[in-house]
Amino acid sequence: MTAYLKLDHIDKSFARGIQVSEVLKDIRLTIDKGEFVSIIGHSGCGKSTLLNLIAGLTKVSAGAVLLEDKEVDSPGPERAVVFQNHSLLPWLTVYENINLAVSKVFGRSKSRAERHDWIMRNLDLVQMAHAKDKRPAEISGGMKQRVGIARALAMEPKILLLDEPFGALDALTRAHLQDAVMDIHSRLGSTTIMITHDVDEAVLLSDRIVMMTNGPAATIGEVLAVPLARPRRRVELSSDRTFLRCREAVLKFLYERHRFVEAAE
Amino acid sequence: MSIQTIEDTKVKAFPAKPAAVIAFTAKTRRRFDLLAIAGKLARALVPPAIVIAIMLVVWQIACSSPTSSLPPPSQVWNEAYDLIAHPFFDNGPQDIGLAWRVLISLQRVAIGFGLAAIVGVALGALVGQSIWAMRGLDPVFQILRTVPPLAWLPLSLAAFRDSSPSAIFVIFITSIWPIIINTAVGVRNIPEDYRNVSRILRLNQFEFFVKIMVPAAAPYIFTGLRIGIGLSWLAIVAAEMLTGGVGIGFFIWDAWNSSRLPDIIVALAYIGVTGFCLDRLVAAVGAFVTRGTTAK
Repeated sequence: MTAYLKLDHIDKSFARGIQVSEVLKDIRLTIDKGEFVSIIGHSGCGKSTLLNLIAGLTKVSAGAVLLEDKEVDSPGPERAVVFQNHSLLPWLTVYENINLAVSKVFGRSKSRAERHDWIMRNLDLVQMAHAKDKRPAEISGGMKQRVGIARALAMEPKILLLDEPFGALDALTRAHLQDAVMDIHSRLGSTTIMITHDVDEAVLLSDRIVMMTNGPAATIGEVLAVPLARPRRRVELSSDRTFLRCREAVLKFLYERHRFVEAAE
Repeated sequence: MSIQTIEDTKVKAFPAKPAAVIAFTAKTRRRFDLLAIAGKLARALVPPAIVIAIMLVVWQIACSSPTSSLPPPSQVWNEAYDLIAHPFFDNGPQDIGLAWRVLISLQRVAIGFGLAAIVGVALGALVGQSIWAMRGLDPVFQILRTVPPLAWLPLSLAAFRDSSPSAIFVIFITSIWPIIINTAVGVRNIPEDYRNVSRILRLNQFEFFVKIMVPAAAPYIFTGLRIGIGLSWLAIVAAEMLTGGVGIGFFIWDAWNSSRLPDIIVALAYIGVTGFCLDRLVAAVGAFVTRGTTAK
């Protein structure tokens, strides 16, 4: 069986004048359909760059991103991104924000009534149907992120890319949203890649955790499979042997073997 | 011993007091609101009214000597009473009320400023979006925008060979620069996230312009439009003084030639009030259109 998404020997370097800084080096990863993969690493290791490469928002320097054996090098709705700071358009209501995506992606294939139902279904999925006529400024940070997720899901993406989606939220809201994402993943079986720097979050949500070494020229240090049955419940898992073992493995990787050294300048 | 004392200590039950419930009685707010509105109006209107009254009094005293070169307010009121009381009279081609003249000038401004708004936003978007357009056009704009409005008039008269289109062209060329420059700044300041959203959705250039660029840059665009409308009102009066016709600017020139100073003063008041209204109108439209866009 061929991989659904394949990152084939990807290098990425940024050139500023004559100075070239190598960010990512020789990234090799295959992801199966329906898998939930987290990418974890210290800040500055290039994990967001990696997500942008998969999304096509930045171009690879060498190697290729292959989705269903086809190379992708420009952004598109089949690789929807949920941005860290939601990036909803503030002049549109929640409904209109999603409608912008839906009418672009399904403008030809769905009728107006079908598109409306589809928007409402995705809003229901993140429990935000009640706020459909509100503007982003009128809802809380957690709600904005829910709408961001609904907008991404409404594009019916082949791969859902989450760029530290809960990074700016408080712990309780974060837990609610993690549950929502787990629930959506179990219902839709969407292939998901999530960038995070939260060890618990990575272990709780993922099938596999990709651990990045520190930059410059960061690469994949280790990939950890999380053999926990779904559905997962955070309270039960907090004392689960496997959960604790996985958590320890990630912590050891991040804080013993690849300790983050603040660049002294 | 010590154990004993601890056991002896009786735990006093804290007397459970029922929490005092303070009922919030809904006040009848209506009368208060009326009072508040009246107070607000008074705060806004009374101070300027007092200032204007003082100015009129000072003016009256300063110009009341028979040798004074300018008319006092009382003389303005007496001699230009027709103009003040009947803004809409119409006694033939050159004898019409000031309101008509203002409307004719406004019509020219509407055409010139409307064209400037359309072309200015389009050019500003181009300059803001493309680094090469900016490198090429920005220096040219920066030089042209410093040319005073009336300096364009002879060239414009030569090109159009008619006074009305020339006046409109002067409006256009005067008001377009702030619109271009502000739009360009607004477009350059569109957050990268919005661009990424549009790239993921694969919006084409036109969709990006209508759905993301214009609303995102709207606060900047309206700042430009507001400066532009002010400049075009400045320019039309000056342009009409030179080109003739029936606008408010020509009226002032005509009144000067026939030594009707009170008429000029009334016309100045009309121009000032109209300019103020135009500015407020654009500001109000801007506030309405951009509601919610600036909030994060």
